[in-house]
Amino acid sequence: MRWKYVVPLVVFLGLVVLFAVGFRLNPREIPSPLIGKPAPHFTLPRFAEPAVTVTPAAWAGKPYLLNVWATWCVSCRQEHPMLMRLKQEGVRIIGFNYKEIRGDAGLDARKLSPEAEAQLAWQRIGAWLKTGGDPYADLVVDLTGRAAIDYGVYGTPETFFIDAKGVIRYKHIGPITPEVWQDQLRAKWLALQEGS
Amino acid sequence: MRRCVQSLLAVLRRYAAGRFRVDATLGWLLIAIAFSAVAQSWAAAPAAEQRAQPLHDPELERRALALGHRLRCVVCQNQSIAESNAELAHDLMNQVRTMLQAGKSEQEIVDFLVARYGEFVLFEPPFDARTLLLWVGPFALAALGLFGLWSGLRRRQQQSGVGATLDEAAKAQADALLAGDSPSKTETRVAKESS
Repeated sequence: MRWKYVVPLVVFLGLVVLFAVGFRLNPREIPSPLIGKPAPHFTLPRFAEPAVTVTPAAWAGKPYLLNVWATWCVSCRQEHPMLMRLKQEGVRIIGFNYKEIRGDAGLDARKLSPEAEAQLAWQRIGAWLKTGGDPYADLVVDLTGRAAIDYGVYGTPETFFIDAKGVIRYKHIGPITPEVWQDQLRAKWLALQEGS
Repeated sequence: MRRCVQSLLAVLRRYAAGRFRVDATLGWLLIAIAFSAVAQSWAAAPAAEQRAQPLHDPELERRALALGHRLRCVVCQNQSIAESNAELAHDLMNQVRTMLQAGKSEQEIVDFLVARYGEFVLFEPPFDARTLLLWVGPFALAALGLFGLWSGLRRRQQQSGVGATLDEAAKAQADALLAGDSPSKTETRVAKESS
């Protein structure tokens, strides 16, 4: 009757392995189904020229990081100096401002007309870039958050790694810290450049 | 009316006499709960009203909410987008409404969200090779447990000898006991003492 002792041991070890793996997973990090697919299309106003709309086709040809952020996002503030450093290192970062006014819990966006909302958004973004510096090669503004839904955005900051052909290769959730860049992201960025 | 006032006065007299303390505490507690409930509904109302945009067509709105209850809010993770007050949940709920209004089917809307947020948005995961363990696992474990219980009970039954055939002598003794014969009593006592 040796199996009588072996079976509970095997079950126990199985549970240990299951828990060891399971508890290491971060339930907040939802894998994106968009990896390996072309970056979804959108038409959004450009921060530098509000009257001009841009599509992702404008950035094709060279790889880039699409960085989703907002001025009300605390982690984005933490991330900003790192984006400045990356810009200096030659990383092409495209900014995607997400629900600058409507996403701000401290504001009641209902009280604003669309014009006033846009005006306030541009004001706040401008002040942010003036204070912390502008790490973006280009910057688009998604006031409603509709385009962000197509990218599966569920929080800020999120950063998409998009190759020269416009295909999403990776998605990083949370701020890019120097450690994360060094340990995980730098190699992915270099791989994107080699592919182009 | 007069009786009502009288009984109220009686209650007040009892309270003043200090014979009513427990009930009074309970009363205050109930009042506090009622107040906090009202305060909460006041606090929550504007937030919900701010972002949800229910459809005018009640049937369409009902379908939208039913669908929303099947979709997980990716921000709060254990609430559906119909229940959640998260910004994104409202955006997604409004997206569901827009698509329903545009004549899209439930399946098309589910596919739309799965394409963007992955199967994580589904409260009910699809049945396929990857989710096989998830679907049949609990039933398999329950079956295994029942089988273990059954075989264990059977083994114990065999070991304790219940249901085993008695030899002739034992049977005769048992019959005698059942018939109420006294000699068996002494016999058992002797057996006990000797053992």
